[in-house]
Amino acid sequence: MTVDHHPSDPDPDNQVTGSDAPHGHASKRWLREVHAPAVARYPERLEAFETSSGIPLEPLYTDDDAEPGPGEFPYLRGLHPSMYRSRTWTMRQYAGYSSPAETNERFRFLLEKGQTGLSVAFDLPTQIGYDSDSPEAIGEVGRVGVPISTLDDLDTLLDQIPLDRVSISMTINSTAPILLAFLIALAKRRGLDPAVLRGTVQNDILKEFIARGTQRFPVAPSVRLAVDVIEYAAEKLPSFYPISISGYHIREAGSTAVEEVAFTLADGIAYLEACRARGLDLVQVGRRLSFFFNAHNHFFEEVAKFRAARRMWANICRTRFGIMDDTACQCRFHTQTGGSTLTAQEPDNNVVRVTVQALAAIMGGTQSLHTNSADEALSLPSQSAAQVALRTQQILSRESGVTEVADPLGGSPYIEALTDEVESRATALIAEIDERGGTVAAIASGFIRRRIEASSYKAQVAIDSGEAKPVGVSESTEIPEAPFSVDPAGEGLRRKKLEKFRAARDIGKVTHARAEIARVAASGENVLPALIAAVEQNVTLGEIAETFAAEFGEYRDDA
Amino acid sequence: MPEVRTGPIRVLLAKPGLDGHDRGIRLVLRALRDAGMEVIYTGLRATPNAIVSAALAEDVEAIGLSSLSGAHQQHFTRVSELLAKEGAEDVLLFGGGIIPKKDVEELRAAGFSMLYPPGTPLETIVNELRARLRPGEGSGV
Repeated sequence: MTVDHHPSDPDPDNQVTGSDAPHGHASKRWLREVHAPAVARYPERLEAFETSSGIPLEPLYTDDDAEPGPGEFPYLRGLHPSMYRSRTWTMRQYAGYSSPAETNERFRFLLEKGQTGLSVAFDLPTQIGYDSDSPEAIGEVGRVGVPISTLDDLDTLLDQIPLDRVSISMTINSTAPILLAFLIALAKRRGLDPAVLRGTVQNDILKEFIARGTQRFPVAPSVRLAVDVIEYAAEKLPSFYPISISGYHIREAGSTAVEEVAFTLADGIAYLEACRARGLDLVQVGRRLSFFFNAHNHFFEEVAKFRAARRMWANICRTRFGIMDDTACQCRFHTQTGGSTLTAQEPDNNVVRVTVQALAAIMGGTQSLHTNSADEALSLPSQSAAQVALRTQQILSRESGVTEVADPLGGSPYIEALTDEVESRATALIAEIDERGGTVAAIASGFIRRRIEASSYKAQVAIDSGEAKPVGVSESTEIPEAPFSVDPAGEGLRRKKLEKFRAARDIGKVTHARAEIARVAASGENVLPALIAAVEQNVTLGEIAETFAAEFGEYRDDA
Repeated sequence: MPEVRTGPIRVLLAKPGLDGHDRGIRLVLRALRDAGMEVIYTGLRATPNAIVSAALAEDVEAIGLSSLSGAHQQHFTRVSELLAKEGAEDVLLFGGGIIPKKDVEELRAAGFSMLYPPGTPLETIVNELRARLRPGEGSGV
């Protein structure tokens, strides 16, 4: 295949537009008032950007001078004026398995290979609040992530990792306050002021009820714990993102792109309402909110989705919540490529799928990115596949030239029409949720689940009927051997380790600390101070969750 | 050999363990119901004991388990053991999830003759259940 390369548009008629800038270039106003001050603070990586042919590249292309540019409310064209010219996205690969020590090795491997942030995958017992030696954990320890039951475990996990320099993202929800308490206590143990901590806790419990399934407590106390984390972070952790409102799992559960945006932003609305009811300053909260989206297969719709989400969230913050501070209205987001799009057959093909999806996330202006490993339809990723996944991001960042202009697809009639359409459909869906009494009510009535299930079924029927044909699936029925497995012996080792840990504790202090947790759980005070004190007395994650459950009750799936 | 029943096929679908991935099992639930079967679904985090009690109480002919968290070996074989203890070995077992090749033999030995990876056409599951449980009636949805 050959590609025609056009030099810049030679048509002289197009160069006279009545604008203050050359045709297609950013307005002088934007360059002067928005771009220049930003670059003064965050210098661009190069003095000047140009193509291989020496064509100079402007930071922004537009034919509408009146339209807000990147860095301007409502952020359709990106959050930052110079976007990736100043700093590319954070490459943040999700990892965790077996034990804290083994995961620490993988983390250090990834950092050595140039990864710029850590992202911790916890095993299911940890996510739901069971210690590795609990009966509920049998068969599950270290399977889908790392088990963390104690402060010592987190210390081992983050051994030799400088907490003041590496940002740490934790995919943790119903037990988010506990893991955050571990992290704060660890910073203190290492002589650091916890205020230096950078990173994120996912802490998005609503989407667990919708799509992901690690909820431990009923909805109301779960949301209260999420707001406790947000409130504590607002006060004490200025560089930490206390929630990552996630559409990723909603999409993986089978939703469409429109539903992903609508349900995620509807969750965001519910959290802001809960924060407002708590009396928190929404400007402060809004500045530390973050989102997490999926990058799925339809390239242009995905790009449109990210752009629409940014504009929608900014307008929601302003009109629904009256937040006048622009920065507090920013939809900053992490993206992960769509795990459910990967095929077990011919897994090498997944590298290509991931590349296209990652490119959509970049064209959509993501702040950080996880690219899936090619072998993830078979098992947890092997080290070599994890390396290729990270290299994919590095190739896109350093070799493809896609980082040199903000929102490069913006202004295309196709992209703008798709963006408008995603926005109007998602807005209508949010209005429907409002009519049903809001997000929590729409979760409780099963409305959101039913919508996702219907879309999931439709997608499966399209594949089954041959209307959609994933490449390599019908051609090849052979499924390769899983490249990675977790040693089942690890569970026994964890049990022994915890037995020793428990035996060495001062039981009086443990009992006292647990009583204090029960007290604050009941009183409605923020639980974080009591949790930090408790984990410093070696109270375990499972014990804290059990104490909460005694007060809050346990979630039961009524299917 | 168990007697061959007539009438709608009765199936219990269950998610054992802590895994929350229920996209697949909910698709299967819908497909089996659309195919005229009577299906009971346990919801998330069903214990093997609860699964077996439900299967006996509901007098099902087949149990389908789903696990995508790597804990299939533990939970699937436990369900099979408990069924045997209750003298209910004639209940047909099938499973779905990300099941590595090396685990397949052991699961077959435990009675899971039908194992479906993600992406299996729904029709395949419907037809294979029919072929096993209503062999005289032909296949097709």
